[in-house]
Parts: sequence; C-alpha cells; structure tokens
Amino acid sequence: MTFEVLDPGLQTTVQDLGRRGHLALGVPLSGALDATSLRLANLLVDNGEGAAALECRSPGPVLRVSAPSARIALAGTAAPLIVERGGDVVEWPSWRSVDLVEGDIVRVAPFADTAVAYLAIAGGVAVPEVLGSRSTFLRGGFGGLRGRALKAGDALSARDRERAGPCLTLIQPPLIDEFPTLRMVKGPQAPMFGESALIELVRESYTVTRDLDRMGARLSGPELVRKESGEMLSDGTVPGALQVPPSGQPILLLADCQTTGGYPKIATVISADVPAAGRLMAGSRVRFAWVEVEEAVDALGEAERLFHRRVGMIATVREGTRFSC
Amino acid sequence: MSRATNARVVAAAKAIRSANIPGISDVVPAFAALSVHFDPLVVEHSKIVEAIAGIDVFDDADMSAGRFVDIPVLYGGEAGPDLDEVTRETGLSATGIVELHSSAEYHVYMLGFLPGFAYLGDLDEKLRLPRLKTPRTRVPAGSVAIADQTTAIYPLESPGGWRLIGRTPLRLFDHTADPPAVFAAGDRVRFRPVTAMEFARIEAGA
Repeated sequence: MTFEVLDPGLQTTVQDLGRRGHLALGVPLSGALDATSLRLANLLVDNGEGAAALECRSPGPVLRVSAPSARIALAGTAAPLIVERGGDVVEWPSWRSVDLVEGDIVRVAPFADTAVAYLAIAGGVAVPEVLGSRSTFLRGGFGGLRGRALKAGDALSARDRERAGPCLTLIQPPLIDEFPTLRMVKGPQAPMFGESALIELVRESYTVTRDLDRMGARLSGPELVRKESGEMLSDGTVPGALQVPPSGQPILLLADCQTTGGYPKIATVISADVPAAGRLMAGSRVRFAWVEVEEAVDALGEAERLFHRRVGMIATVREGTRFSC
Repeated sequence: MSRATNARVVAAAKAIRSANIPGISDVVPAFAALSVHFDPLVVEHSKIVEAIAGIDVFDDADMSAGRFVDIPVLYGGEAGPDLDEVTRETGLSATGIVELHSSAEYHVYMLGFLPGFAYLGDLDEKLRLPRLKTPRTRVPAGSVAIADQTTAIYPLESPGGWRLIGRTPLRLFDHTADPPAVFAAGDRVRFRPVTAMEFARIEAGA
C-alpha cells in the first residue's frame, strides 16, 4: 500500500487514456476528461504518459503516505499541493514532482481554474486492467478502484517502478483558458437544423449549467431550433458531440458518454479541443466556432506538436526549490 | 428502422473490421448508420474513406448470419411491474402479451445506452407503446422491457423509461468475460417464458 485515503474529496477516480475497442458492445471510452494534463502529470513522475492516475475534482482528496517513500505530481491546475510532515505544512507548486515519506499527509488545494486536476503517482496507480484500461466507468461500476470513486479508508498502491532520478518540473505550464473557444465540425444530424441554428450556435457564448458529470454537460444559451421535427434513429456518439434535446439547449458529451444516442447531434467538438471541453466547470462560459474536417485534423497535429514542445520543457528540479506557508 | 438496412450495416462493420486498417480502433453499427473511430495522426481521413470505399461491404449482408441466443424470462409480477399497465393500454391479456413477445425471433440491431444493452426488433405492432412519461430512477439489472418498435434487457441497474414486462436471470454484461456482452449486433434472439422456480434455478446456477 502506498497511500491511505483519509478524505476522498468531491469525486476522485482512477483514469488513464480510456478504453478502446469495445464501443460496439456499448462500453464507453471513459478515461481522463483532460487527457493533456493526465499525460503531463504522468511524465512528471517518469511514468508512461498513459499510466493510471487520480482525476480529482475540487475539493480534492487527502491522502496519507503509507509506504517508505512515494513520488507524486499534480497537473491541470495552478493550485498547489499541501504536504503536512510532522508539524510542518509545506506547499508545493503543481506541475512538478514531489517526494514524500511515510506519514506525510498530502492534499490538493481547492481549485477553481478547471473541473479536473490530475495527481500522478510514480509507477502508476495499481488497479487491474478491465477491457484494456484502468479507467473507472462509474455508471457501469467497473474499472479503476472497484468501479467507483475513492472512499475514505481505501488503500491505493503504486505499481512497481525503478529507482527514480531527480524530481522534474514543467517550465511554463499551460495557461488554462477559462473562456475557451471550442472548434467543431458539423455533426451527423446538422442537416436537421436550419442554417439559422448553425449560425446561432456560434453567435453568442453558452454557459455550463450545474448539470455536469463525466458523461456530459448541459449548456444554457441560444436555443437551437430544428428545421424538421420527427424522430431519428439512434446512432453512434463520441465525447465532444453536441446533442440537442427537444428543449433546444445543447448537451456537450464527455468521456463517459453513451456509445449511441437518439438526440440529433448538431456538431462535434474537434479532438484537439476535447481536453478543453473536459475542463469546463459549472458556470464556465464557452464559445463555439465552425471548422472544416481538414482544419480539425491539422489542429490535432498542431496540438500534438505543442504537447511535445511542452514535454521538451520538462526539466530537473533545482534542489531546495520550495516555499513554505 | 429496417432489418434489411441494418443487416447491411452489420455486414459493413464486419468487412471493415476484417480489413484490419491501421489506426481504426472501433467500428460501431447502429440502426441505419455506422461509426468508424480512427486516429487521424496514424492514418489520414482520406485514406480511411478510400479504404472503406474499396471494401465490397454489401455483398454478404446475410440476415441469418448472427448467432442464436435464447433468453429465459419470468414475465409479470415483481419481475415485470408494467405488464398490467401494458394489458390496459393494448387491450390484450397478460397471457396474450407473453405469447406475442416470446413467439417472435428478434434481430439485434445494435448495442448502446449501457454496456451490453441490445436493441432488439421488431416488436409485434400490437405491443408498441411509447416510453413512460416519467422514467424510473432505478431499473433492476435483467429487466426485460419494451418501447415503440423495440424490446431490450437492462444489463445493469440504471435509470430507464422503458416498460418493464419481465426479468431474465442471465447476466448480460460481465466485464471479466470475453466477450463481455452476451449480444452482438446481428445476433438472433428468442425469449422463453420460465416459472419463478426455473428463474431461481437458473439464477443460482449462473
């Protein structure tokens, strides 16, 4: 055992890069809502970028180290890690690895700059692979830690790892855009909507309502009116799809979304912008912009190049860099 | 909703899967649509379109190609709490409903909604009713349900708006099994009425 969960936080789940290959059986992708931050968190503790880590919502979890040592990194938020050792409390910035010793109590400081932050553990969280992934699928009750969010009293183990080198830090961590523009291509049912609905969607911003979970986010904003009424036959859905129920207020689908759906999908957020969609919080404002499929593919290539530039800016921590509170 | 169209969708899914095109992770059949998931950084969008266009997907659309699955069902009572209401709305007797529901051979159009949740059709016209106005917050796993032209079984406990007419003791989705789902698109299904005793026996043995 590496950690004992003292407080699970609002919702902490084990996630990796998701579950592929079983969509035809109705098994959703799952995986990190903000995959970019999960990958960076893992690289900061020398894991493979797709290792299983903890996806935290604010307030995050409180953990006690129960192994002789452990190394962790927080990514995705500007909020720090707070480590209690003996009587001392030390704040460690996010986007760097931190070495812990047995008895340390570590918590993620409350954050309000994203919906999800990632706590990576050197070695990766040791949970069994289910259908090719360690991601928790809450609705299905499988994956991660026994198919559920962490609870107080849970024990978390790290998988074996080789002796670690020095701690790592990400120079110039990504700035989180709190009012993002999500680019999208036309959805499979875009023709069911009039030209005016397609214009309406990008004219003003939408606000994320409190109806938000790992499956999707209900948005509030200009009503999207269909040109033709009538039923449609359910078809495939993806995280990033923007489906429109009869109310005309769109639902942005996220990582745990159903594999098929019966509401018309007016648009699909492009893969490059899906991590930004996953960071949206209740109350966040979001704009949409139309792009063509070719631009979507170019944007994904560009996002990967940017990611690798960031990876190139991971550097060894100068010892003694710490600030206490 | 057409069996012939769906048989072509299922055949196309099979053909694309067996072509083993690098970069494709999932091929998902739906009633009358097919989704192909691929990584555009591994394989170009135009290459996927080209590769799929080159597959003769519609030649082997054989409607009897799927496996046959037999599903034991305990109808009515606590297992099927909406059966009485269905008798009122259809004017049929409970026996008549069971007879109609269990005499047809159904086709698995697609899976979705939940892991292992199969949309089966076509339901006899006399049994077609809309979904409940207020969905239940909790439908037990194994519930056999009807809605419009389709019938289905809830593989996991979940909220749901379909009308529940019975329950099967079979486990339809098991994440530790290979394959994890009992059904796949294109399978053929028949429901077999069982008594409460048979239900209990199958449940205990399963």
